Amino acid sequence: MDFASFLIQTLNSLQYGLLLFLVASGLTLVFGIMGIINLAHGSFYMIGAYLAFVLTSATGSLFAALALGIPLALAFGALLEWALFSHLYKRDHLEQVLLTYGLILIFEELRSLLVGDDVHGVDIPAIFSASIPLSDVLSYPVYRLVISVVCIVLAVALYFVIQRTRLGMMIRAGNHDRVMVEALGININMIYRVVFALGVALAALAGMLAAPISSVFPNMGSHVLIISFVIVVIGGIGSVWGALVAALIIGFVDTFGKVLIPELSGMVVYVVMAVVLLWRPEGIFKKG
Amino acid sequence: MRYDLVLKLAAVGGLALVPLSGADFYTELIAKTLVLAIFAMSLDLLVGYTGLVSLGHAAYFGIAAYTVALMSPKYEAASLWLTMPAAVGAAALAALVIGVFVLRTKGIYFIMVTLAFAQMAFYAFHDTPLGGGSDGIYVNMKPTAEIAGFMPFDLDNPTHLYYFILAMLVLVYLFVGRVLQSPFGRVLVGIKSNEHRMQSLGYVTFRYKLAAFALAGGLGGIAGYLYAVVFGFVTPELLSWHQSGNVLLMVILGGMGNLVGAIAGAFAFVAMQEVFSAWTKHWQLAMGLVIVAAVLFLPGGLSAIPARIKRALQGGSAND
Repeated sequence: MDFASFLIQTLNSLQYGLLLFLVASGLTLVFGIMGIINLAHGSFYMIGAYLAFVLTSATGSLFAALALGIPLALAFGALLEWALFSHLYKRDHLEQVLLTYGLILIFEELRSLLVGDDVHGVDIPAIFSASIPLSDVLSYPVYRLVISVVCIVLAVALYFVIQRTRLGMMIRAGNHDRVMVEALGININMIYRVVFALGVALAALAGMLAAPISSVFPNMGSHVLIISFVIVVIGGIGSVWGALVAALIIGFVDTFGKVLIPELSGMVVYVVMAVVLLWRPEGIFKKG
Repeated sequence: MRYDLVLKLAAVGGLALVPLSGADFYTELIAKTLVLAIFAMSLDLLVGYTGLVSLGHAAYFGIAAYTVALMSPKYEAASLWLTMPAAVGAAALAALVIGVFVLRTKGIYFIMVTLAFAQMAFYAFHDTPLGGGSDGIYVNMKPTAEIAGFMPFDLDNPTHLYYFILAMLVLVYLFVGRVLQSPFGRVLVGIKSNEHRMQSLGYVTFRYKLAAFALAGGLGGIAGYLYAVVFGFVTPELLSWHQSGNVLLMVILGGMGNLVGAIAGAFAFVAMQEVFSAWTKHWQLAMGLVIVAAVLFLPGGLSAIPARIKRALQGGSAND
C-alpha cells in the first residue's frame, strides 16, 4: 500500500469511526442513564438518511434538509420517549428488547409504505463536491472531510455540554444514581426526555450526513445498530469518551480489514470485541 | 396434575391427526411450526429458566442447518444417524465456545454480545464461499433413516417427516422437562432468581450457565437440523438477527419459563404471520404494532391470560 492510498484509508477510517460515534454516543447515554436497551436506535439512523433524501428532494439542498431534519428528529425523539419509552424504565430488559424490536418492524414498514423499497442517492452539496488530488490517480472527496470535521465539532460540543453545563451535571448524576438525583429535587423525567431526544437526533444526523456517500436503502439501520452495540460493549456502557475511542478503533479495524483481508472483513470487528471481552468484560472505560 | 396430562396428551393426539386430514399445505405449515416450537423451547431454557436473555440464538439454529447441508453429498442422501448428531454437536460446540465469551457479561451487555457473536457467525457464512456465500446452499436429498439395510421410516415421505418432527418435539419437551426437574435444572432456576445467593451457596454459577448455554445451543441445533431437512435449503438468513428476534418473540409471546407456553408462542407467531401476510404485503407493520401493544398492555404473555381472566372474574377478592 503506497502512502497516498494509506492516507485515504486512514481518512476513511476516521470519517467512518466518527460517524459511528454519533450513533453510539446516543445509544450509550440512553443505556447508561435510563438503563434501556434500544434496538430501534439503528432505525433512527435509517430515518435520518430517508429524511435527508425526502427533504433534499423537496427543498433542493442538503443544508435545508439538515435545518428541517434535526428539529424534526428532536421532536420525534421526545414524542417517542413520552409515548413509549417512559413506560419501559421499570420493566426488565426482555420487554425493552421486545418493544424496540417491534418498533424496528414498524419503522421499516412505514418507510416501505411512505418512500418505497428502492435505493436512492442524495446529491453532495455543490460547494463540497470537489476532490483534493493526492497523487496522479488518487484524490480525496472534500465532503468526507466535512463529515469528519462536523463530527469532531459535535464530539467537542457534546463533551462541553456533559462536562461543563448544569444539564450535563444532571446527566452525569443521573448516570451515577438516579434515585439520589430525584431525591435532590431534579426532574429526572425531563432529563430522560432530553437525553433520549438528543440520542435520536444524533443518530438521525449521522444518517443525514451519511446519506450522500452511502446512498439510502432499506434496512440500512440494522448494520449500524449492531456495530454500535459492539462499540458500546468495547467502550463501556454510559461512557461517551469510551464510545469515541471504541468507534475510532472500529472505524480503523473495519476499513483496513476490508482492504487487507476482504473475505473476512465482516468478522474482524467482532473478533476485536471478543478480545476486549476476554480482557475487560465491562468495556475498556468502565470504572470500578 | 392429571387433568394437565390429559390435556397435553389430547394436544399431541390432535397434532398427530393433522397429516390424516390430507391438507398438505397445513401439514407443512404445522410441521414448520413444530420446528419453531422446538427452537422456542431451547431458547426458553435460557431466557425463561436461567434468566439469560440471548439475542443470538439463531446462530446455533443456522450452524446445525449448515452442518447437514455441508455433510450431504450432492446426489445421494446422507445418513440421518450420522448427520443429526453431527449437526447438534456442532451447534452445541459453537454455543460452548461462544458461551465462554458471552457469559463473562451480564444484563444489557449479555444481550448485545450474544447478538454480536451471532452476527459474526452470520458473516462467517455470508462472506465466505464455504456454504455458498450469500446465495445459500441446497440440501438436495433428505437424509435417509436407513440403518444396516433396514429402513424404519422415510423422511422423503411428508407424513413420515411430520411424525418424525412431532416425535422430536415430544422428546425435546420431555427431555427439557426432565432436565429442569434435575438438581442441575434447580440450580439454573436458582441462578435466575438470585445468582449471588447461588454463588454463596458454593455453586460455580459460570459452569452451570455455560452448560445451559451449550445445551440450549444443541437443542436449538435440533430445530435447525429439522428446518434444513424440511425446506431443503439453507441461507445465511437463518442466522440473521431477525431470526433471533422472532424466536425470542415466540418465547415471550407464550410467557417465559413455561415450555407449553413456548410451543403456544410458536403457534401464535406463525398464525399471526399467516393471517397478516394474507391480508397485506406490509404484514410486519401489523406484527410490530401487536408486539408493541403486547408489551404495553399484556405483561406476562399469552400464558398469563388465564390467570388474568381468573383474577378479573374473582373481582376484588383477588386483591385481599
